[in-house]
Parts: sequence; structure tokens; C-alpha cells
Amino acid sequence: MHQIFFWGFALLAVFSALMVITRRNVVHSALFLISTFFWVAAIYILLEAELLAAIQILVYAGAIMVLIVFTILLIHVEETKIINPWQRQRPIAILLGVFLLGEIFLILSRALFPESIAGTALQQVAQEGNTEAVGKLLYTKYLFPFEVASILLLAAMIGAIVMAKREIEK
Amino acid sequence: MDTSLSLFGDYQVIHNYLPILVFIIFAFAFAIGTLIFSYLVRPNKPDPEKLSPYECGIPPMMDARERFSIRFFIIAMLFLLFDVEVVFLYPWAVVYNKIGLYGFVEMMLFIAILLVGYIYAWRKGALEWE
Repeated sequence: MHQIFFWGFALLAVFSALMVITRRNVVHSALFLISTFFWVAAIYILLEAELLAAIQILVYAGAIMVLIVFTILLIHVEETKIINPWQRQRPIAILLGVFLLGEIFLILSRALFPESIAGTALQQVAQEGNTEAVGKLLYTKYLFPFEVASILLLAAMIGAIVMAKREIEK
Repeated sequence: MDTSLSLFGDYQVIHNYLPILVFIIFAFAFAIGTLIFSYLVRPNKPDPEKLSPYECGIPPMMDARERFSIRFFIIAMLFLLFDVEVVFLYPWAVVYNKIGLYGFVEMMLFIAILLVGYIYAWRKGALEWE
């Protein structure tokens, strides 16, 4: 049963993602990006990663989409229409694609041998639920990266204000 | 194999999300159905007046695509950052009973660092519209 749901969500996510990169109108791309985020969130729920699904909707489909839409408002949309999207980014895209494929294979190969996940975070998730496991690990074992994240957020905040202020004063 | 079965085994939690899926399907079906139905029954007599964008009943003054103020971008950026902060608070609240004072202190530190950013944004007038 869940196989059917997975294939449905996966196909919709991939279809939306393809529409994002093939539309000439950036606003259409942005709308399909929201749809992609939602179907990926649905797949997270299938994996019982509810916290991740909530974050996906709140942060990606919510806040990051607002940022992307405002970025579209800041540029001249007409000018971007004539740019051929497949030109200079090809070597970088191939490199990133190879990296991503390697990462996927690495994770899939681990999933094929379940004994390798014994004692890892995945086992903990199975025992006490996703949100609790994430919370426990994040606020004990991964305390330092968590605090670093706050400094990262602070840097992003100050950076955005400094750059935008310069623009306003011009 | 046993571990993976317990990982993705019983789908109790997912049943709670079924109403949401049904809701989404009905929302899509209603929107698409309405479009198809109106396409089938409506008369189709376009003229330039009808095809022009509606702007409070007056003739459209200019192109809708103009550059917006960068202030929108600052507000969106601040919204994103504080949104991420709130997201971090949620799993913290869930496990708060288990991590105790240790967790309380580290979250206060996290909030304090972000509070610096909030005060900075306030002092620099990023929250004002002018």
C-alpha cells in the first residue's frame, strides 16, 4: 500500500522538479518548486520523519519560497527570459550531479545492509520516534554544531542587513 | 532485515495523515473540476478590454513587473532566520524533560546569540518601513 503512495509522491516530486527547470516564466518555476517541496514532505511522512516533513513545509515551502518570490520581484524578469539556461553551468552541474549520485549510492548501499545501521541514530529513531530522537541527539551529542548554527544564522542576518542597507542608502 | 522491518514496519502514524491527503486531493479535484466545467459551459467571446488585467476597474496604468523595494527582501530574510529558530525550539520542547538544565542553558545561549542579531536589526532600522 505504502509502495503505491511512495511512487505517486515520488513521480509528482520529480515531475514538479522537472517543470521547475524547464519553465521560461520564473513565477511558474517558483510555483512548481512549492509543489516539489510539498511532495518531498509527503515522502518524509511516509518515512515517519514527521519533524522533517514539518520543517520542510515551514522552512522550505514557507520561508525560503517567500525569499525566492521576493528575489524574483527584485530582478527584471523580462531580461532573464532570453538567457539560455544550459550554457556555462554545465561542467559544475555535471560535477555536482556525480557527487549527489555518489551520496545516494552510499546511503542506499547502507540501507541494503541493515546490520550497519545498528547502534546508529536510525535505530534510536525506530525505538522512540523521530522528533524525540532528533531532539535528544541535537541537544546532547551535536550540541556544538547546533550552537554554530545560531552563529551562522546571526551572520546571515547581519550580512543581509548590511548589504540591503547599502542598497537603500544609494 | 529485521531492523529495517521495525523501521518501516507498521504504518500507524501515517494513517493520521490520510485525511490531509484526502483534503489535498479534493482541493485539487475541485479547482481542476471548476476550471474544466467553466471551460465547457461558458461562452467564449474575447475582446481586448476583457483580456486586459483587472486593476480596480480603471485601465491598467503600467506593467505589473517593476522592481520592488529591497526592504521586502530584508523582511523575508529576517522571517526565514527566525522561522529556523522557532523550528529548533520545537524538538527542544519535546525532549526538554529529558535533557533538563543542560538543555535549558544551551537553548538560552542559542536564543541569546540570535537576540544579538534581533537587536542589531532593530538598531539598524531594518524593521522600520519609513
